[in-house]
This record gives sequence, structure tokens and C-alpha cells, in this order.
Amino acid sequence: MHTLLEDSPGKEMLLLGNEAIVRGAIEAGIGLASSYPGTPSSEIPDTFFSLYQEAGFYFEYSTNEKIAFEVAAGAAVSGVRSMVTMKHVGMNVASDALMTLAYVGVNAGMVVINADDPSLFSSQNEQDNRYYARLSGLPMLEPVNAQEMKDMTVAAFDISEQLKLPVIMRTTTRLNHLRGAVEFGPKREMKPKGFFKKDPFHYVTIPAVSRNLHKELVVKYDQALELSENSEYNQIIGNGAWGIVTNGVSMNYVQDAMKDLDIGEKIAILRLGFSYPMPEGMIEKFLRSVEKVLVVEELEPVMENEIRSIAQSKGIGIPIKGKGDGLFSRLYEYDPRIVRQTIASYFGLSDTSPVMVDTSDVPELPGRPPNLCAGCPHRAMYYAVKQVYGTEAVYPTDIGCYTLGVLPPLSMADIGLCMGASIGSACGLAAATDQKIVAFIGDSTFFHAGIPALINAVHNKHNFTLVILDNGTTAMTGHQPHPGVDTAPMGVETKMLSIEAVVRGLGVEHVEVVNPLQVKKAIAAARAAKEYEGLSVIISKELCPLFAKAVKKARKARPFYVDQDKCKKHMDCINLLACPAMYLDKGRTMIDEGLCIGCAVCAQVCPENAILPLKK
Amino acid sequence: METKRLVLVGVGGQGNILASRLVGEACVAAGIHAVVSEIHGMAQRGGIVETDVVIGDATSPIVSEGEADVLIGFEPSETLRSLNKCNENTVVITNVKPLPPFTVAIGQGIYPDIDEALALIKARVRSLISLNGDELAEKAGNLLSLNMVMLGALIGSGVIPLEEGALKETIARSTKQAFLESNLKAFDLGLSAARVG
Repeated sequence: MHTLLEDSPGKEMLLLGNEAIVRGAIEAGIGLASSYPGTPSSEIPDTFFSLYQEAGFYFEYSTNEKIAFEVAAGAAVSGVRSMVTMKHVGMNVASDALMTLAYVGVNAGMVVINADDPSLFSSQNEQDNRYYARLSGLPMLEPVNAQEMKDMTVAAFDISEQLKLPVIMRTTTRLNHLRGAVEFGPKREMKPKGFFKKDPFHYVTIPAVSRNLHKELVVKYDQALELSENSEYNQIIGNGAWGIVTNGVSMNYVQDAMKDLDIGEKIAILRLGFSYPMPEGMIEKFLRSVEKVLVVEELEPVMENEIRSIAQSKGIGIPIKGKGDGLFSRLYEYDPRIVRQTIASYFGLSDTSPVMVDTSDVPELPGRPPNLCAGCPHRAMYYAVKQVYGTEAVYPTDIGCYTLGVLPPLSMADIGLCMGASIGSACGLAAATDQKIVAFIGDSTFFHAGIPALINAVHNKHNFTLVILDNGTTAMTGHQPHPGVDTAPMGVETKMLSIEAVVRGLGVEHVEVVNPLQVKKAIAAARAAKEYEGLSVIISKELCPLFAKAVKKARKARPFYVDQDKCKKHMDCINLLACPAMYLDKGRTMIDEGLCIGCAVCAQVCPENAILPLKK
Repeated sequence: METKRLVLVGVGGQGNILASRLVGEACVAAGIHAVVSEIHGMAQRGGIVETDVVIGDATSPIVSEGEADVLIGFEPSETLRSLNKCNENTVVITNVKPLPPFTVAIGQGIYPDIDEALALIKARVRSLISLNGDELAEKAGNLLSLNMVMLGALIGSGVIPLEEGALKETIARSTKQAFLESNLKAFDLGLSAARVG
């Protein structure tokens, strides 16, 4: 049995934050989970995927976050407990459904896991999704450690059922990707099937219905406020005269700072874990018990502003500070030192932090940016397109491994916004300029948000080339399946869709499928697309080599070597491809045979035919 | 309990994340509070991997600049890059086998001289334990057991309150049985290298 499924209350395990969330869902008797993967949330669906069949509930990787949200909503209105998980920008995609499900409500617990990414470890922005609670009117919970990631998930289902509203649990990268001890609780009965009881004048949100529903949501706010005032996750800790308000992972930094600065008896902490609605009564009581307040929250001054507003309405005039000069930044995640030093300075204490060693004379170190892997088919396709379109064409890109094509020497990405935007922005670029446009999008991203944009391009007769980089998996987030993947080898029955059939079905007239590892053919496909007047699509089809290795479909090819007698040092292999298997040793080009997977692209690029397969 | 803050740095594929997880699991099994922090995502694309392990009373999952009690570097230029995690009391344990990034191959940077790098680190911290982890891993019979060598060296340094036997039990429980023998041998080689140090 999967360890996360064990009915063993009291058992303690070191769990990844994301695994703790899954355990919480299991303890709460989840019946359906849905997700589109996205760092730092991806291990949640991956863990569900590893155990849902054994557990007997329904799980799916949905095509995008909005659909995943709607799938979970369908279950929750039918009386089945559901969870939907996504990264912060996924919430933007899901938000259309979120805003109105808040009106409609649910009949069984529905928990929305939202993973923010302060410091942008793996994201295109660091938006603060606490605003989504305010925007939608839905309750929000924020855990502080692995144990709470599990416990609060269970609590979120209960709150959701009490209020008949979806509940958002907001995590940040540090919480998703920490490992901490988690003590298991009891498992509730699982109910994977429910019944949808018709009530169209509640569920169909025509204006006459929604006018009433909005009123109900406002009433539910008051009920949620009551729960927040009495929640065990909102607490005043200590009774000092200096107040600190905090949430999420910052709570740990605050508590450690109190120990490091030895100021335990001087401080009172207001910890907000049920962070929306803000418990106004508790906040007022706290404000009246302290002389001044420091708000420790990553990203936007959400709590700071709302607490100031509460203070104003209650006629409380004490200093309440958070963001600003000499205080906290609105940028990036915090760490123990930042929090300790800011607390020390705000309350006029001397800083006890150890002194960092002098690093002024450390030589400048070579960068180690993430890079397309050795043998990555994206590199080969970028090479082929660049040979034909050169550096003048504009290359809109999308979200995935291939975004790394922005790095020199490939330099094949000019604008990248969000999932699907390569195609949408290509439409605008094509309409507004006379430049050549070649957009790149991955297979999973194409299904996620590329199809409506491609319909737009066909319908409005935009003139550009789209390259769909089909590596047969959702590579960047950890090789999850997508609608174009045959999932039978994973033991899951789904229907596999052909990207080519989809593209042709949308009315694209010039479509070519190539294997990018066949360099001449790939270049010919790019040339034909360039000469074609109108919208053209190239599907570049070759498995991600990491995925191929994982599913035992890796190509059986020998690694290559450079024949130093033939090499004339054009350096095209290094300068144009920059495969990480290649390196220079005293001016000689070499191939690391441990890294080379034998894709043979460099051998086709070499003008001297000096790159050859190693003999056995 | 006194807090011990560990920073492990390396390159994607070197087994850093597993190493930090094993330390965390061994601590939990021994009843010692521990939090581990990982950064996923770009790791398998050849990027830098940092994991932090905080043992003892503290609950923060990460280690700030200047605050590591131990810095464990799986690759020497990455150890040097993370010198900002150290203070004068830090113990640094580093593998000396270089793994130059591809930027060096395309002329975008110069790989540092190892001896100079080690001297520079040694002059600033409490002690430096340097070993050829890749060589020891190979000697143990498995090139991929570098992380076990580094774990052995960590225990050998005597800085953290974790018994040799406790970590070995966790390795036996949580790593693949097929590699158990070479893993434990690699661990022992790292441990004695650090003790001789």
C-alpha cells in the first residue's frame, strides 16, 4: 500500500509539503482531484497520480487550470469532495470559473490549492494571489509548515462544507518544497460518487439568479468572518508590548528571530492562518494590547493595509508598518536574516546576526544557467529555423523547457508572456508589422491555451509560422501526460489526440511534420514554411530524451566523438548548437561521452564531417 | 537543542536532494526536529541545486547568507559560489572534482583554479574538509554514490548531532536495495576521509 494511504493515525513521516497536502486530502475523504501541473505545485498531482487508482477516487490531469477547476466544481456541486491544484499563474486561467462558482457555491468540500512563487524560482511573475480571496470573496487559509499543510487541508474541507463555498489554501514555493515531520490523522470515509440535484434557478447564473447569489455570498462573508475570529489558525501568541503580525512561511522566520534576539517576553505575535476574511475583532484586541506593530508578509502589503484600515475605523493610532524604506520589500521571498534584522531595527535592538565572510576577492565564476539537455530536440529545431529565418525574424515563445532557447547562442525567443501567448502575440505582431514571425509552442502548452489562439490565426488570416515543439510529454514540470500522450503504458486509459489532426481540423492549410533530428529535412520544412504565403504550421516531433529514458524508449545510439584530424575548428557545433555534451579542452572540441545520447545533430551540422559515432 | 544549519550545493544530477532528504529522515527517526528545503524545477536542466537542512529548535526551512554551520559542496566551483553562506565558524566540506558548466565551453566564463579556490575558502572559515568525492564513489563501485560520500563526510566532520548508525539505517531503508552495498561503502569512504581530513 502507498504509505500516504495507510490508515495509521499517529504515524510520523518526513513529507514534502506537497505530499502533506495529498495526505490531508486523503484524510478528508476526497472523491475527485484535478490539476494542471505547474512548479511549485506539480508534486501534488504527481502524488495523486501515483496512488489514486489504489485509493479508489477519481483523478485527472486536466487540459488547463480553468478546466481542472470546472471539473472539481462539477464534483463539488454533486456532493463529492474535490480538490483542484495549480500554481499562482494557473489561478489567472481558472479565475473566470472561480469568480462565479463563488456565487453558486458547493454541496461538498472543495479545496483550491494555489501555489505562489515569491522570488520567481520557476515562474514568469511573482503575483500575490491573496488578492484572489478578496476578488472572489472566498475564504483563504495559509499554512506555516508541513504538519499544517496536512492539517489545514482537512480543515479547509470542513470550512468549505460549513460555508458551502470553495476554500482557497495558499502556499508559497518554500512551503511546497520543504520537507518536515507530519503526524498522520484518521482517514474519513471516501465518497467518490454523488448525485447532482437539479436546481437551475440556483446553478444557471443568468442575471436574475446571480443578483440573489451575490447577496448570499455577502451573507456568507459574515459567516466566514465568524469562523475566522474563532479559528485555531488565528492566534495571538505572547503578551509583549511590541506587536508582530505574520502569515505563512514568515511565521517561522519571526519565531526564530525572537529566539535569536532573545526578545520572547517583549513580543506579541498575531499569526493569521485563516487569513481571509481577516478576523477584525481579534485584530482590534491585538492592536489595543501593543504599542507598535510590524507586519511581516512576503510580497504585497495586503495584511498591512487592511490592518491599518481596521485601526482607522476603530480610532487606534499606533504605528503600523511593514513595507518601506528600512523595512520590508515588496519583492522576492524573505529569509531568517532579513526578518531578524528588520525586527531588530524596527524595535531598536542590536542585530546579533553572524557576519558573512568577505567574498570581495572571490573570482568571477562562470554562470551555470539551466540549459536544454544534451540531445534535446528543441535545440535541433531552433537550429533549423534559425538557418532559414536568421536573426531578423521575430520569435514569440511560450512556457516550457523551450523557453530556455532565449539563451545565447540559440537566442531564439523574443517575447514570452504566458501559456498560449506565443500564438496570440504572433497574430498581433503579424498584423502590426511587416516582419517575419515564427512562434514556438510546446505540445502540452498547445493543448492548454494554444488552440483558441490558432483558431484566431486561421480565421483572421494571419501570416506567420507556428512551430509546435512536440516532445511527447509535459517536460518542464516533470513529464506529466497531456491529451497528445498515450497513457496506456502508465496504466491509465485515455484517448490520445493527434496534434496534426487537430491543426488540420482547425483549417491550417500548410502543415508539415518533421523529426528535428533529421537536420536537412527540418531545414527544408522551415524553408517551405517561409516561402508559403499565409499561416503555416510545422510540428517538430521527437520524444524528450529524459522522458524517453524514463519510459524505456530511449534511442539506442552510440555517443559521438570529434575526429581531431578532420576537425578544422569551424566551431559550428559549439557556437551554433551549444550542446552541454560538448566542451573545449585546450582549444580542441570534445564530446563528453557520458552526456552524449547520440542524437547526431552536431554530426550533421559539422561542415567537415568530423563528428563520428564512437566505435564499440 | 542547539540549532545546526546545513547548506548543500551541487549541480542537477549529483544527488543533492536525496542527500538532504536522508538527513531529514534520519533526524525524524532519531526524534530530532528537522526541516529540509529544496528547489525543484530547473534542476535537471543542468542548473545549480541548493538544499538546506535546519536541525534543532529552529523552524525556518532555509539558511540565510552568512548563517551556515556546515556548507557541503558537491562541486568545487559551486562551493566557492556559495561562500556567502558562510561565517568564520562555518565548516566547509567540498568535493574537489570539477564539473565545468557549458558556459565555459562557449567562452562565457573562466573556470576557477581549484587550489586557489580551496585556499581562498580555507582562509575564511573554521575548517575545510576537501576530498575527491567522485574518486571515492568510483572506488565504492558506483559513480552515482557521490551523495553518499558527502553524507559520510558530513557525519565524519562531527558537526551535527546525528549518529553514524542512524544515518546508515536511513540509507538502508530509503535507497534502492541494489545499490545498498556501494552506497554504504561510499558513505564509509567519505566518513574516513573527513576524519583523516
